[in-house]
Amino acid sequence: MGTLVEEIISNRLGRQVVAGDTVVAPVDCAFAHDVTAPLAIEAFERMGTPLHDPGRVVLVFDHVMPAATVAAAELHVRIRRFAADHAVRNLFAEGICHIIMVERGYARPGGIVVGADSHSTTYGALGCFSTGMGSTDVGVILATGRTWFRVPETLRVEVTGELAAPLTAKDVALHVLGRIGGDGADYMAVEWGGETVERMSLDQRLTLANLSADMGGKAGLCEVDDTTLAGSSPVEGVPIPHPRSPHYADVLHVDLSSLQPQVAMPPAADNVHDIGDVEGTPIDEVYIGSCTNGRLEDMEVVAGYLAGRTVHPNTRTVVVPASRRIYTEALRRGWIETIIEAGALVMNPGCGPCLGRQHGVVAAGERVVSTSNRNYPGRMGSPDAEIYLTSPAVAAATAVAGRITDPRRHN
Amino acid sequence: MGRAWLLGDGISTDAIMPGRFNLTTDPDALARACLCEARPEFAENVRPGDVIVAGRNFGCGSSREHAPVSIRANGVVAVVAVGFARIFARNAVNIGLPVIRCGEAVAAIADGDEVEVDTRTGTVTSGGRTFAGEPPSALAMRIAEAGGLVELVRGAGWAALEEAPV
Repeated sequence: MGTLVEEIISNRLGRQVVAGDTVVAPVDCAFAHDVTAPLAIEAFERMGTPLHDPGRVVLVFDHVMPAATVAAAELHVRIRRFAADHAVRNLFAEGICHIIMVERGYARPGGIVVGADSHSTTYGALGCFSTGMGSTDVGVILATGRTWFRVPETLRVEVTGELAAPLTAKDVALHVLGRIGGDGADYMAVEWGGETVERMSLDQRLTLANLSADMGGKAGLCEVDDTTLAGSSPVEGVPIPHPRSPHYADVLHVDLSSLQPQVAMPPAADNVHDIGDVEGTPIDEVYIGSCTNGRLEDMEVVAGYLAGRTVHPNTRTVVVPASRRIYTEALRRGWIETIIEAGALVMNPGCGPCLGRQHGVVAAGERVVSTSNRNYPGRMGSPDAEIYLTSPAVAAATAVAGRITDPRRHN
Repeated sequence: MGRAWLLGDGISTDAIMPGRFNLTTDPDALARACLCEARPEFAENVRPGDVIVAGRNFGCGSSREHAPVSIRANGVVAVVAVGFARIFARNAVNIGLPVIRCGEAVAAIADGDEVEVDTRTGTVTSGGRTFAGEPPSALAMRIAEAGGLVELVRGAGWAALEEAPV
């Protein structure tokens, strides 16, 4: 009985749990990336025990890959040495951790996943309980295979209405973020449902679960259905979870009939406006990518808009496919060629300029449109740059016009 | 007794420890960059025993543990805030940096005021006034008493928590 998250944890523990319970639970898979792994390794080493199970550990080089500085290169060396010393073979340098966890099947319906990255909520879109923790928590999981958590209350978001292009899950999630605020789902699970979510692709659902973290959510989840099972296989030995007579702490209804493309203005992702409020703002850099919007469908939208067009000469445009698989598939379909011919820079899969370390660091006074999830001051470089968060459709239209642009004007 | 360093709402881990400075695990190097966006003078002038006093959703955003590590490495004895982002609060407790929710104290304390925090009871004292903050949870207290999560689990294992749920 219970919400989706209560069902997942109850199934996994073999006993009924409810929101508010503190439990110690097994972790099917834990991961860290090139920024968070070194501190996790230090915590693990202080535990003084062997690795619990190398097969349940994933290490991803994505935040600064390939290394842009000597310091980053030295962190990479430490991680590779740790992996070699402890027989960890799940070592990837082919894209963003949150995409790899789904593509490679480490996150699965019914499972429990912990990542040393806040956007580890992303795979909740598959109907697993996945959450972000810090390095010390992950270090202790490496040693014990388990962790503690408080079973979260659930905010159910019920989405109805047609999601027609250029609107995407990004607009839906930004809209909700604007309504409830950056701490509106603090410590809660955000359970996305309703007819619109049922019709969404897995790519779109992953965006909803991803941005649940920016609402303060401990998890973001979607129900398991045929769409989920076409793209993932459930954890063996536990039932496929579904909400059963759930009690929700709160239910939020979202009707898309009047939704406009959404833009999160500085200084935080919950400062959300209809695009009409900011249209025409000159933009120095457009970044299309990230764990929020670097997936194949996003590349399709961008290539579709840029075909036969040229990016504005004053607006450097950086496109980063989120994984090798996405990159190669987009190449096969001709989308990457279209994007390059339009004048955009295509960078290797990874986190790119999202966190201000490489591939498009911004200067004081510059304005950026980004398809990522964070626009705090200093996020992408200078604290005096302004970052506007949008969907890939708005970002592509903005790249061509050099100003924040509603893509519906040019269809 | 220490001095209050006052900060506003929504101070993110990007503001506490920007991405361009956290490619290290050295606490001293992290300490020097701590809060360089929000309070550029902080790292130079902070003294052991000082307290950070902040608004809503302190530590929001990235899970980077470098943020609480950098605060602790500067000798800050507690962070008092209206509210904390989930991962930041968990990270802070895990490494032995007490976090106290106390909106009344935040409203009353000015930058530089003398402040004393009882991290066991959540009581905050400043300018002759006493504010009842939220006491730490039983689990947070156990982690604190052990000296951190690693020390708790390494010593007693998870069994201790399973036998006496908190």
